[in-house]
Amino acid sequence: MSASEAQVPPMPMTDATLRHPEPVGAKRTSPPRWQDPLFEHTTRFFAVLVLALLACIIVALAWAAAPAMRKFGLAFFVTDVWNPVTLTFGALAPIYGTLVTSAIALVIGVPLSFGIALFLTEMCPAVLKRPLGTAVELLAAIPSIIYGMWGLFVFAPFFADHVQPLLTGTLGKVWLVGALFQGAPTGIGVLAAGVILSVMIIPFIAAVMRDVFEVVPPVLKESAYGLGCTTWEVVRNIVLPYTRVGVIGGVMLGLGRALGETMAVTFVIGNAYRIRTSLYEPGNSIASALANEFNEASDPVHRASLIALGLVLFVLTLVVLAASRWLIAHLARGEGAKT
Amino acid sequence: MNLQISMPPVDTAADRATRKAQADAAPKMSIRNLDFHYGSFQALKHVSFDIAERDVTAFIGPSGCGKSTLLRTLNRMYSLYPNQRAAGEILFNRQNILDPKTDLNLLRAKIGMVFQKPTPFPMSIYDNIAFGVRLYERLSQRDMDERVEWALTKAAMWDEAKDKLKQSGMALSGGQQQRLCIARAVSVKPEVLLLDEPTSALDPISTAKIEELISELKADYTIAIVTHNMQQAARVSDRTAYMYLGEVIEFGETDQIFLRPARKETEDYITGRFG
Repeated sequence: MSASEAQVPPMPMTDATLRHPEPVGAKRTSPPRWQDPLFEHTTRFFAVLVLALLACIIVALAWAAAPAMRKFGLAFFVTDVWNPVTLTFGALAPIYGTLVTSAIALVIGVPLSFGIALFLTEMCPAVLKRPLGTAVELLAAIPSIIYGMWGLFVFAPFFADHVQPLLTGTLGKVWLVGALFQGAPTGIGVLAAGVILSVMIIPFIAAVMRDVFEVVPPVLKESAYGLGCTTWEVVRNIVLPYTRVGVIGGVMLGLGRALGETMAVTFVIGNAYRIRTSLYEPGNSIASALANEFNEASDPVHRASLIALGLVLFVLTLVVLAASRWLIAHLARGEGAKT
Repeated sequence: MNLQISMPPVDTAADRATRKAQADAAPKMSIRNLDFHYGSFQALKHVSFDIAERDVTAFIGPSGCGKSTLLRTLNRMYSLYPNQRAAGEILFNRQNILDPKTDLNLLRAKIGMVFQKPTPFPMSIYDNIAFGVRLYERLSQRDMDERVEWALTKAAMWDEAKDKLKQSGMALSGGQQQRLCIARAVSVKPEVLLLDEPTSALDPISTAKIEELISELKADYTIAIVTHNMQQAARVSDRTAYMYLGEVIEFGETDQIFLRPARKETEDYITGRFG
């Protein structure tokens, strides 16, 4: 308040001021009328800005991808040839690579994260709780390029020398699944990329799971223990049903990251546009294809095809997000309907 | 029941007298010189008394006196948490349950517990009951249906729940949820029921229903109840332990405690001069 205002003599209590007391009080206590609307419009502007940006990106991607779409049509999505020399492009191989590496990452990462979160919330001695929790979170702080270099120089040779021969000798002999584990153990390939991805998504999934497990009311768990449940029975029948929305959210967060991860995958996936049954074979993911080829894509069709790939990745991620929303809503409705 | 069929000799009056004497001689639970610590804080000091079979034993006392803590040692619930430890003896069927070798899951199946806040599991009403039963028994669908009905009937819930067994237990009202929890605790046929302020979150009508229930359950179960409500203790219990600052000040027949307390402190508390 300014000095001049403070010096205004008190208004005499006339009939007029009694009938309209607001101006006197309003001047001193409540902020000007325009503040709230301004605040509302400003925040709405930022919120809408996000939507607008999203729309702009989709439009820009679609626009830039149009030449490829015109040339190849829907065949673009089902062709597994990617040849910059003959200018023939199909997205199937990178789409396949993206989905398969992400699936491998989830298959390995989700059970591990679940175990980590479970141990940290239900069984871990208090002394270990913080150091272990921090260590898991630190995994998320490692830049993905480091994962890529470590993957190529340390993990891949180890994988080729020890893990792959072991897998071929065990899982490789199993009916049906065995076909996935055949071929030369080179260390570079779809499986190696999936394993690296799983390490990268573990901290995200584990952190979310740990946080949601911690909000389960202790008295609810005690009730189950009170009936004679073992820790596992409590987790399976009480903790998981109680937290499944959060658990699914965590898994989807990890999946979203696995789908879009670029650098680490580029280093170890082998960058070959092929679709093979064996997971030992090199492949390619959408993100690593984009990272590898954008600099050299001089031809407009090549460039447009890469952008179309980007659009596919974008849509893929949106679908994953939408699917998780649907799943969560569906589960919430089904609550208690199960027999 | 099957036992009687397979044992032809008739049950003589003398046998009954012997059994009664044995039951009187060996209380269901016997607490001997129990100390309890939360970290460095001692919450129970040299607690000793007996919980008689098919009796209702009430623990009363001001907040923080250790009555809930005592209840939580009776089924070793405290063992879930680090830094909580008990010393002394608690004999349950003449076995010391504080022994580290005690099978806690089995113990808790025999000593059921109901908490202050209703804790329905995130599943249907039917499954809330069936869940505990499935842990230790393998029943056919028919037997399970019967058991669920039996438990809900015991908890005076059957009429309200029979048409919505498939609905979530969490959709019930507070009083119904609490009776569901009692039904759940009863369903596994425990020997002892521990009730930790079971009515403090409920309205008077639900409270009356649960008190009535306690009187009925007494025929089959040994019950220990923690309550803040002294009238409740006087109404439902046979014996009462008055606790203060981790010690049992007085323990005896409920009538005696409320009508002719032996200790000045007990009298002050129950007459409302303190607490």
